[in-house]
Amino acid sequence: MENKKHIIGKLFTSTFSLSAFTLGGGYVIIPMMKKRFVDDLKWIHEEEMLNLIAIAQSSPGAVAVNAAILLGYRVAGILGALITILGTVLPPFITISVISVFYTAFRDNTAVNAVLKGMQAGVAAVIANTVFDLVSNVLKKKEIVPVIIMGGSFIAAYILKINVIYIILVCGCIGAAKTLIQMKKVQKKDGASQ
Amino acid sequence: MTLLKLFWSFFQIGIFSIGGGMAALPLIQNQVVNLNHWLSLTEFTDLITIAEMTPGPIAINSATFVGIRIAGIMGAVFATIGFIFPSCIIVSLLALIYFKFKDLTIVQGILEGLRPAIVGLIASAGLSIIILAIWEENGFTIKPQEINWISGLLFSAVIFTLKKWKPNPFYMILGSGIIGGAIYLMT
Repeated sequence: MENKKHIIGKLFTSTFSLSAFTLGGGYVIIPMMKKRFVDDLKWIHEEEMLNLIAIAQSSPGAVAVNAAILLGYRVAGILGALITILGTVLPPFITISVISVFYTAFRDNTAVNAVLKGMQAGVAAVIANTVFDLVSNVLKKKEIVPVIIMGGSFIAAYILKINVIYIILVCGCIGAAKTLIQMKKVQKKDGASQ
Repeated sequence: MTLLKLFWSFFQIGIFSIGGGMAALPLIQNQVVNLNHWLSLTEFTDLITIAEMTPGPIAINSATFVGIRIAGIMGAVFATIGFIFPSCIIVSLLALIYFKFKDLTIVQGILEGLRPAIVGLIASAGLSIIILAIWEENGFTIKPQEINWISGLLFSAVIFTLKKWKPNPFYMILGSGIIGGAIYLMT
């Protein structure tokens, strides 16, 4: 086993460079993490990595941060987790800090303002495209409950202006209740067939 | 007091943003624009633009940006820690459950209920950003003179390109910044 200082250093530089050079959020950084830690460094097996990713995606928060916590803990305990959190968070923290210092001056500049306005249309289009894909994925499954949940939460947020947190809580409970009912049904079936 | 408020707001975003990527968007808008009035909708859209152009999760970018503007660098630190804190606890708990029982059925059930809800919420947050881009601060109307046509055309062109060739969104935003910027400066 390599000595601990070396491992900690490697953990930090790996997560830092992954976080600094990966544009496009969680779905891009996860495959990059897999490549670095499974294929290059060979610190964990592919199957275990997939398990860690499943947990990271099931937890609230940013997927990249969650995956970093799990990886760091798995490789070097609590200290490892702290190091990987720092490595993942520092690049965006530094970049945005620098940008926000210049933001006000930036915003009043006519040229910057024009570019930002152009970008706004691009961002709106990217979001519209994402929403379109997400909605059609839900519709494709042809199940009634998810469609009702989707429409209901949209109306609740956009038209009724209900606090997003309550909507999430209610829908989470609906999901849990549905699973519990399904589990009961399966148990009953098993019981009846025995 | 402001520091605690920043911590608490981003703590709530951290707990309730499930599903990664844009899932945090409606929550950030809810806390930062609607409840606390830390940013206007225009500033929020700028923030999303900046976040899309820079590395890192959108929520971390937002925590840093909002924190610095409200309470300097300490504000950024408190907001960021607030966002990460719930992740640390819940990830550890789920990992414990997973490795003990190798089963996340009930968690997966909750996620199944949440996924379509998150889609609805992202649609809601997205719609306000789309309306701001095309109709500006006036909000949605059917009067053609209130539409920003340059923005509307750019919007349609980017959607068309994304649907047809599926390029990296990063370049599409960059491209619309350059083309749109040039047109705005000329007119």
